[in-house]
Amino acid sequence: MFYREAGDFSTTYQQDSQTFPIKFDRYRYYIVLAVAFGIIPFIINDYWASAVFVPFLIYAIAAMGLNILTGYCGQVSLGTGGFMAVGAYACYKLMTAFPDVSIVLHVLLSGFITAGVGVLFGLPSLRIKGFYLAVATLAAQFFLVWLFNRVGWFYNYSASGQISAPERTVFSIPVTGPNTEAWAKYMICLVFVVVLAWVARNLTRGALGRQWMAIRDMDIAAEIIGVNPLKAKLTAFAVSSFFVGIAGALFFAVYLGAVEVGEVFGIQKSFLVLFMIIIGGLGSIFGSFAGAAFLVLLPVLLKNVLVGGLGWPTDLAAHLELMIVGGLIITFLIAEPHGLAQLWRVAKEKLRLWPFPH
Amino acid sequence: MKDTPAPTLTPDGRKIGGVLMEMKNITLRFGGVEAIKDISFDIREGEIRAIIGPNGAGKSSMLNVISGFYHPQEGEVWFRGAKRPSMKPYQVARLGIARTFQNIALFDGMSVLDNIMTGRLTHMKSGLFGQALWWGGAQREEVENREKVERVIDFLEIQHIRKTPVGRLPYGLKKRVELARALAAEPKLLLLDEPMAGMNVEEKEDMSRFILDVNDEFGTTIALIEHDMGVVMDLSDRVVVMDYGKKIGDGTPTEVRSNKAVIDAYLGVAHD
Repeated sequence: MFYREAGDFSTTYQQDSQTFPIKFDRYRYYIVLAVAFGIIPFIINDYWASAVFVPFLIYAIAAMGLNILTGYCGQVSLGTGGFMAVGAYACYKLMTAFPDVSIVLHVLLSGFITAGVGVLFGLPSLRIKGFYLAVATLAAQFFLVWLFNRVGWFYNYSASGQISAPERTVFSIPVTGPNTEAWAKYMICLVFVVVLAWVARNLTRGALGRQWMAIRDMDIAAEIIGVNPLKAKLTAFAVSSFFVGIAGALFFAVYLGAVEVGEVFGIQKSFLVLFMIIIGGLGSIFGSFAGAAFLVLLPVLLKNVLVGGLGWPTDLAAHLELMIVGGLIITFLIAEPHGLAQLWRVAKEKLRLWPFPH
Repeated sequence: MKDTPAPTLTPDGRKIGGVLMEMKNITLRFGGVEAIKDISFDIREGEIRAIIGPNGAGKSSMLNVISGFYHPQEGEVWFRGAKRPSMKPYQVARLGIARTFQNIALFDGMSVLDNIMTGRLTHMKSGLFGQALWWGGAQREEVENREKVERVIDFLEIQHIRKTPVGRLPYGLKKRVELARALAAEPKLLLLDEPMAGMNVEEKEDMSRFILDVNDEFGTTIALIEHDMGVVMDLSDRVVVMDYGKKIGDGTPTEVRSNKAVIDAYLGVAHD
């Protein structure tokens, strides 16, 4: 009834290409932003920040990044974990080398460094496609993890081989290091997420996004209308790696504080982010958020229900949790192969006609 | 290059200009198979040029040579009075040559509007960072190109399906959207590979009208491949006939129709 386009006219092409064409959606979006910025920071505690919100926000960035490459440009990548590691180690090196420079700048620079590395490993995509490209990016994953494990320069020759984030502040509020408060962690991630989501949306609705999607849907036709496949694929790799690198930097500096590369940025991480975009919906910004939320929240929810609610032993619950999550993913993909974003789209189409479908 | 013929007028009063594209002694081989054997012909500005021939005659290969998918072993392609170096398809597109495909080659995951907007990509210049921040330049460019695209949408009468995903459209409309995408590029030369294949009479009439209108209103030069002889004879100013990779006829529809070699190729030769 309230959810409709009728009576909401676009008089310029700018208005016609806006992100939320329906008024109700726009207000809903503003309300979500207002809650995220105005309410959650004041009530968040350590448990909610470290179990739910911070990982959700960081994975949302990584998922957006991979979605740009895989969902929008059609290039499968299994190197997400490796690229996150590049972001993390770049951030660590920058933080320790230039302690006086703002952490925000470090995180951004880590993104750019990762973008460069991503372009390098994206070069094979010009020759190979599909599964073969996935295997090539897998090589990147293993190589990068090996590199950060073996070359002492990357972890400043620390005895443990780990990297740990020193304390850094934004507006003299610590955002990294052990003294960081829950809300500060949350806020810095939130700001990055909002800005990057806006950038992702801008890129995918404009000329560049169309080039990516054209390459994804039919590369021959894309070439015939003037898309340079080399440029399109490499920009996708660059932008995607930029996002993933920032996610890696935040994951290390803000979320974990200390990282051992093989454990944190291994192949499991690559698959986790890939699952997020498949479950959330390929080629959708909203899908990246939905997928990240699904895979971050579901284990937390199950643990709370099984251990907290039913009183099962923790180890039994932990194993069952894996089985249930796996089962749900399969059920879900059979029921809706296009992901949560598609469910959302269908729901919105239905809602548009409700309650008078004729 | 041979001297340019003086502009002439067609019987229906359209102006045909000088030579826009010239194929000189093109030979294309795939391994031992000669798909095109030493073919030369020209396309003049403003005309509708048809390439016909039985199946496997090498018509589509010829179109692929023009649009840069295939690189002929011998021969030269001249475009706008200069020899064209060996080019990738996207570079050819930037020269102002657009095309449609025999089997529709649209981007199924995108809306009709986005599909047609891709046709404007050769005209869009704003950089990565401008687009990322949706700054003035990028946004203005988007709107300007959108206006051009809307004109094409109006022209081809597909306003009602603007926001529909292409995958949901029926065949005839898809063909029209593909034409729209090619037109949006404002090409100097438009290549149509079997624009009426698989259409019913009504859709063919629509498509014919659009082709004539495009040629008439925008002055676009058109080269088309088509099997429907009625359509070819009605639409085209000049016809090239190919058979087994060789050119067997070239001229106005009337000339071609009375050409002995052409009749033999289509109807077969009596063995007595």
